[in-house]
Amino acid sequence: MNTQIVANRELAAASLATMWKIRRFEEAVEDLYGRGLMHGTMHLSIGQEAVPTGACLALNKDDYITSTHRGHGHCIAKGADMERMMAELLAKETGYCRGRGGSMHIADTATGNLGANGIVAGGVPIATGAALSAKMRGTKQVAVSFHGDGAMGEGAWHEGVVLAAMWQLPVVFLCENNLYGMSMSSEKAFNLDQLSDRAKGYGIPGVTVDGNDVQAVYDATKEAVDRARAGGGPTFIEAKTYRWRGHSKSDKNLYRTRDEIDEWRGKDPIPLFEAQALAAGGLTQADIDAVRDNVRTELRSAVQRANAAPDATADDLLSAVYAR
Amino acid sequence: MTIETTAAQTAAPATGETVTMTYSEAVRDAMRIAMAKDPAVFIMGEDVGTYGGAFGVTGELINEIGPDRVRDTTISELGIMGAGVGAAMTGMRPIVEIQFSDFTAQAMDQIANQAAKIHFMLGGAVNVPMVIRAPGGSGTGAAAQHSQSLEAWFVHIPGLKVVMPATADDAKGLLLSAIDDPNPVMVIEHKLLYKTSGEVRTGDIRTPLGVAAVPREGKDLTIIATGVEVSRALEAAEILAADGIEATVVDPRTLKPLDSDTILRTVKATGRVLLVQEAVRTLGFMSEVSAIISESDAFGYLRAPIKRLAGLDIPIPYAPKLERASVPQVEDIVAAATDLVRKW
Ligand SMILES: Cc1ncc(C[n+]2csc(CCOP(=O)(O)OP(=O)(O)O)c2C)c(N)n1
Ligand SMILES: [Mg+2]
Repeated sequence: MNTQIVANRELAAASLATMWKIRRFEEAVEDLYGRGLMHGTMHLSIGQEAVPTGACLALNKDDYITSTHRGHGHCIAKGADMERMMAELLAKETGYCRGRGGSMHIADTATGNLGANGIVAGGVPIATGAALSAKMRGTKQVAVSFHGDGAMGEGAWHEGVVLAAMWQLPVVFLCENNLYGMSMSSEKAFNLDQLSDRAKGYGIPGVTVDGNDVQAVYDATKEAVDRARAGGGPTFIEAKTYRWRGHSKSDKNLYRTRDEIDEWRGKDPIPLFEAQALAAGGLTQADIDAVRDNVRTELRSAVQRANAAPDATADDLLSAVYAR
Repeated sequence: MTIETTAAQTAAPATGETVTMTYSEAVRDAMRIAMAKDPAVFIMGEDVGTYGGAFGVTGELINEIGPDRVRDTTISELGIMGAGVGAAMTGMRPIVEIQFSDFTAQAMDQIANQAAKIHFMLGGAVNVPMVIRAPGGSGTGAAAQHSQSLEAWFVHIPGLKVVMPATADDAKGLLLSAIDDPNPVMVIEHKLLYKTSGEVRTGDIRTPLGVAAVPREGKDLTIIATGVEVSRALEAAEILAADGIEATVVDPRTLKPLDSDTILRTVKATGRVLLVQEAVRTLGFMSEVSAIISESDAFGYLRAPIKRLAGLDIPIPYAPKLERASVPQVEDIVAAATDLVRKW
């Protein structure tokens, strides 16, 4: 039996903090963007925080992840520093990519995050490659490919999974099924009861879990990661969740109803987790309040320091095009 | 297939009148007209239906035309492109929308190895009358995978035609010509232009493929520019005029087939050439234009070396200042033109 996160004070506090960091970071980003203080485009994962939180809890620091355009949560859950993330989004020299990448290409290789990706399913074969490398180098590292439901329409998804299955690589394909790929509903797009039904066709285990439940995501990921480390090959996990915000800033929400959005807002993973932790005795109300307040303070100072950092400079724009 | 009356009404013949609309509305107008006229024409792509397209170009067309011919797809560019090729070979005239021209990379086999070559490989037995619409270019902060100017890729593939509309009227006229054309035509729209407005001819009009536009004539130099750089060149020409430098501005509009005659004629008239593209410099489209001029008798008319202004040979960065510094801006055109005229 896996660790009961909600009953373990340290893990429960850490998980709650991760979810709050993601939520607060993205709310701050949304606010800055709305006030014209941030540039580019934005894909927010508010409502989906339990997936990266539960999944990354099952990973070691040197395990790899590949992320997506909706990648702030993955980046934070894998251990990135919010100040450097914010600095990147604010186009600062101190950002993770020195202002070259922005939200859609954010990465933190020090914590095993091989990068967000502007290309749907772009990270899927890359995770396969990272897992191949781990296997060839004889490490016990595992790679997790976070991807959306929409990514499962891409050829890259198919090819990445086929190779991983053939070579029995230590990789977990973790689909965050937030019910839509932009406006296309996953129910309409894929003629399946659950997306994990597809795993069988690739000869790998597949499971569907409640993506708003940290424990459920953790359990499924832990099992898949343990199997991968033991040489048992890839696993597909479908974590069902929901994005509260529009796909990006261009979204007028014409393809879904207010009722549906409200229904899912009622399944907010954060209070759900708090209630579980209180009931299990892992956290007291005072602990819960302290976590929330600490994250707020931490985020505020991250934004302030990021804002004060120097802007990315065009002086050596040619410098990182080729490695020296 | 039934056609809604609203669509049929807008398919009225050309009237000789114009109306102000945005570039994006002009593209939509062209599609509406083509679909009203010919039930074989349909749109297919990611989020082109209820969502209205990633840049809102299809807008509410789904309500006018229906989901059958304004067809939402899964996120499957290679599949969409292949479906377009198959449909085009069998009597339909698909307009395939790719959300960002960068994602033609996913679909490249179907574009380069299938669509472009099938007519030739089959000895002319089959046509592939398909239009691919894809927005290119930088300036939106979307960074390296959503901001490229890839026209040279497509110009480099025999069998494809390539157009880059720079005005709202051309966005409509060139698209309608592309839909008529029996070949696969790549229409590279520009995301910064979508919201710009212009006078657009009403009704079923055409801008012929393979004919350049000369929106401004002047005696001192010829500025040849494509896409968003056309409006920057025109803005620069205004500034130059205030400084006593008269520029001709040429917009090739169609990159393949290219209207070399207009280019050479205007170059001979001024003797100085400034070539401006947003795409990276190396082996860009303007490298070809430069070669064409150098190989022609216009060479003998040159008073100055041919000058290229292009994007830096780098991926487009995210930070606004860096992004701006990566591609030619109005002030760069003014400076380069002034230099050419003053020095030579
Ligand atoms: C190859 C490619 N095609 C299309 C897009 C445009 N696009 C960006 S995100 C997205 C939807 C992705 O859906 P999903 O995989 O479910 O992830 P979600 O946005 O729901 O997190 C689309 C169509 C893209 N970035 N890359
Ligand atoms: Mg999705």
